[in-house]
Amino acid sequence: MAPHSSSNAYWKANLRVIGISLAIWFIASFVLGIILRPALSGIMVGGADLGFWMAQNGSIYIFIILIFVYAKVMNTLDRHHGVEE
Amino acid sequence: MSQFTLNLIFVGATFLLYIGIAFWARAASTAEFYAAGRGVHPVTNGMATAADWMSAASFISMAGIIALAPTGGYTQSAYLMGWTGGYVLLAMLLAPYLRKFGKFTVPQFIGDRFYSTTARLLAVVCLIVISITYVIGQMRGVGVTFSRFLEVSTDMGLYIGAAIVFVYAVFGGMKGITYTQVAQYIVLIIAYTIPALFISLHLTGNVVPQLGLIGNYAPGGGDVAFLAKLDQVVTELGFTAYTSDTSNRLNMFLFTMSLMIGTAGLPHVIIRFFTVPRVADARSSAGWALVFIALLYTVAPAVGSMARLNLTTTMWPAAISSTALSGPAVSRADIDSRPDLSWIRTWEATGLLEIQDKNGDGLIQYYNDAAPADHPITKYAQEHGWKGNELVKVDNDIMVLANPEIASLPGWVIALVAAGALAAALSTAAGLLLAISSAISHDLIKGSIKPDLSEKDELMVARIAMTFAIIVSTWLGLNPPGFAAQVVALAFGLAAATIFPALMMGIFSTRVNKEGAIAGMLVGLVFTAVYIFVYKGWFFIPGTNNLPDTAANYVFGISPLSIGAVGALVNFIVAYLVSSVTAAPPREIQDLVESIRIPKGAGIATHH
Repeated sequence: MAPHSSSNAYWKANLRVIGISLAIWFIASFVLGIILRPALSGIMVGGADLGFWMAQNGSIYIFIILIFVYAKVMNTLDRHHGVEE
Repeated sequence: MSQFTLNLIFVGATFLLYIGIAFWARAASTAEFYAAGRGVHPVTNGMATAADWMSAASFISMAGIIALAPTGGYTQSAYLMGWTGGYVLLAMLLAPYLRKFGKFTVPQFIGDRFYSTTARLLAVVCLIVISITYVIGQMRGVGVTFSRFLEVSTDMGLYIGAAIVFVYAVFGGMKGITYTQVAQYIVLIIAYTIPALFISLHLTGNVVPQLGLIGNYAPGGGDVAFLAKLDQVVTELGFTAYTSDTSNRLNMFLFTMSLMIGTAGLPHVIIRFFTVPRVADARSSAGWALVFIALLYTVAPAVGSMARLNLTTTMWPAAISSTALSGPAVSRADIDSRPDLSWIRTWEATGLLEIQDKNGDGLIQYYNDAAPADHPITKYAQEHGWKGNELVKVDNDIMVLANPEIASLPGWVIALVAAGALAAALSTAAGLLLAISSAISHDLIKGSIKPDLSEKDELMVARIAMTFAIIVSTWLGLNPPGFAAQVVALAFGLAAATIFPALMMGIFSTRVNKEGAIAGMLVGLVFTAVYIFVYKGWFFIPGTNNLPDTAANYVFGISPLSIGAVGALVNFIVAYLVSSVTAAPPREIQDLVESIRIPKGAGIATHH
């Protein structure tokens, strides 16, 4: 196993990345698509209001970007902490 | 050439393709085996995962539910966000660590991490309950598809479908071979998007359905938004607007959450990430899977909304260029004679669409006869002697299949959709049945009851288990507890409340122990299953529900489809509390958790 201190720092960094990513995940879907839809009804995306569009299309695009960015950040982090395969 | 012949040709050709690829890939994979398990590229794996994942629920059912929801299409967005957002959780919270763990089944991980055969058995029970529920949904989808394309009743369609699933799954040649699934994905996605491109181009002038959805309505001159046009036409007839806001934000929130964490807890999806070559690939595989899934999911709301508008303008032809009521409704005589309306007659024959000229005026008035008394349509109906909605029944699950016919697209498009629907339903059904049978034969019988079971007997047990599962799900599929996507959503709720919390705590906590995990899963399973059974019938047996399945009876308006998120929370709380009053896991288990958290030293995934 890797030295304990290094893997601890790696794990903490990983948790921070996950925390930020999941905050974006939550905002894109639950906050913009469901909770704040009435408040955002004035903002239009083409013929749809922002909340509606986020719920039916927009959040999905953000999910995809989020996973690839996460994968990239984690690959860098793996190398930085010397825990890559 | 008749439509029936075309359907047979397309369905037959795609089946031959799958069989052909299965033979070709089988030979290839023997060579691969000797070349030391290089595994599958993340893009290929992502495509195969997408085929495995997108079932009858995604293909046949989801857009129809969105299109015809009595509360409006927006309120069903939970399916769109839930069944995609779960991949974010999978990529970040589970896939890389389970890949590092390096064994093949979910019950195995739970059994090892919680150092307990009881935990492993409980995971097997959860897996079986989840998978059977899921298969019922697939059976419903297969039944609907066959009934239409072979022009038989839904029940007969279901029997034929079950027989094909039986052959397909028991012989097992096509499952587990990634390249067959890649072919199924390609058939499925082409079949889903081609009609959508045609219809979007016709209705909005934009060939990209995602842009058509937010574009303008072309046949009306192009100065009104497509969604505004749809809202205007359906509200005129007394229905809820497509974009109408939800009246129960809590339920929509919980439903979305249930589907998301359920996605991340589905055993047959998780397994796919065990077999990628490296931990880093497990992360990007989830991303690629989502790209391929999103191709269908971002098109689905366009398919649903456009099908709804086309259905409405078929019933009220004047609605194309003006308001619906500015001209007469479609007549029974037209339906019986016009070739472009023949789809109504063929769907009538399946019993999934019903028309009744209640007031005997020869016209078929389609409107919401349950609209409020002060709605203009109610007054209009009274004045014109209408006796109720005469499009008595349109089953949600026929919308995607009927979509190309409603839009008068060429016969080959209709046949293509049939082939795509069957690819979606069969690939998932077969995968789930294999998951059930391996859970019973490998994890349950061989893993704990009779470890000295010979390989031949294990295979026999697997086949018996699979046969039993097909019989049960076919019988329950005759009277399903909902539309295909709704039944599948129940399976996700059960996965959310049981498997996901156990896996997540197993990775992110070194403190959660055997007692906590077992108590959490047990309470999560019982809590969620009981809440579902109270409304949907005990073990989904029709007529055994304690309360009517309507919003008025739900606790805080939380539907059985949404309860999984609450069940997951209960699972987490129980597991945490029980763990904190019992002994910490042994040192070697804590070391195991530390080791799965770092990618280094993953090696090749090992079987058992």
